[in-house]
Amino acid sequence: MTTDSHALHSAAGDHGHHAHDGAAHGSLKTYLIGFGLSVILTAVPFWLVMIGAIADKAVTALIVLVLAAAQIVVHMVYFLHMNTRSENGWTMMALIFTVIMVVIALTGSLWVMHHLNVNMMPLHDMSQMP
Amino acid sequence: MTVATVSTQGSEPVFHVIDEHAHPEGASTMLGFWIYLMSDCLIFAMLFATYGVLGGNYAAGPAPKDLFDLKLVALNTTMLLLSSITYGFAMLTMEKSRIGATQIWLAITGLFGLAFLGIELTEFAHMIHEGATPQRSAFLSSFFTLVGTHGLHVTFGLVWLVTLMVQTARFGLTEANRRRLMCLSMFWHFLDVVWIGVFTFVYLLGMLR
Repeated sequence: MTTDSHALHSAAGDHGHHAHDGAAHGSLKTYLIGFGLSVILTAVPFWLVMIGAIADKAVTALIVLVLAAAQIVVHMVYFLHMNTRSENGWTMMALIFTVIMVVIALTGSLWVMHHLNVNMMPLHDMSQMP
Repeated sequence: MTVATVSTQGSEPVFHVIDEHAHPEGASTMLGFWIYLMSDCLIFAMLFATYGVLGGNYAAGPAPKDLFDLKLVALNTTMLLLSSITYGFAMLTMEKSRIGATQIWLAITGLFGLAFLGIELTEFAHMIHEGATPQRSAFLSSFFTLVGTHGLHVTFGLVWLVTLMVQTARFGLTEANRRRLMCLSMFWHFLDVVWIGVFTFVYLLGMLR
């Protein structure tokens, strides 16, 4: 019975054998690489802000944001083992969908609320009062 | 079993698979859990957006520069980062079915998580003691909501971790327990990813404001 269903199984289209791809584990090496990279990517922005190494605050903020984005990718790859093959690509699909939603929600909220603040500010121009 | 030979009157036999073929138990758990994490990601995105909109409204109250201690945040971040790598070690020893080593790494992960929570609660207590309560300003409301929600996630992660340690101690590294530990692994690393956003947006950019 079991061998029977197994035979059917592979005949039905090689399913199930990929079931464990999604649970792919890193090796000691990939974990240590990920850890080393995230230590650097954490220490540098903290150092930049705490020491005030760059006088221009906008430049510092930009560097900090880029480093954070890089660290998120490092965590995704080395700790969460994200790749295009796991679960036949469905985890990547869900991730891409979520990233699109997050970007729309974040930029949309910040953009709309910024313009609301700028355009709806009371002018305090008393001469206009009746 | 599920295959019915429908037709033999034609020249070639036709087969129909009536039932869906069998999936091994838990085969779709990881994908399902990943989708749960993505929904959690949306919750945090909303809280980040709220903080982004309200984070500059101090209502003549304390600003990030008056409240945040970056050394404490750096220590906090170190704790969470260390707990991530020790959970990774727990997964590696689980792969080798070394139950004792797995339990030890899980315990170390739990201690780092506890240290993270302890430091965070100390920070909160200090802020509240100075009058920087969630009611003080929109900045503080959004701060406590965002950082507090992350802390709450870590708390539930710790409860889950202890539960799985007890489960593993009682029943060993069974297939079900391995699956649960892999889900918690994703949960734990995901919280670390969210924390990257928190220390960058809230603390580092807050100090630059």
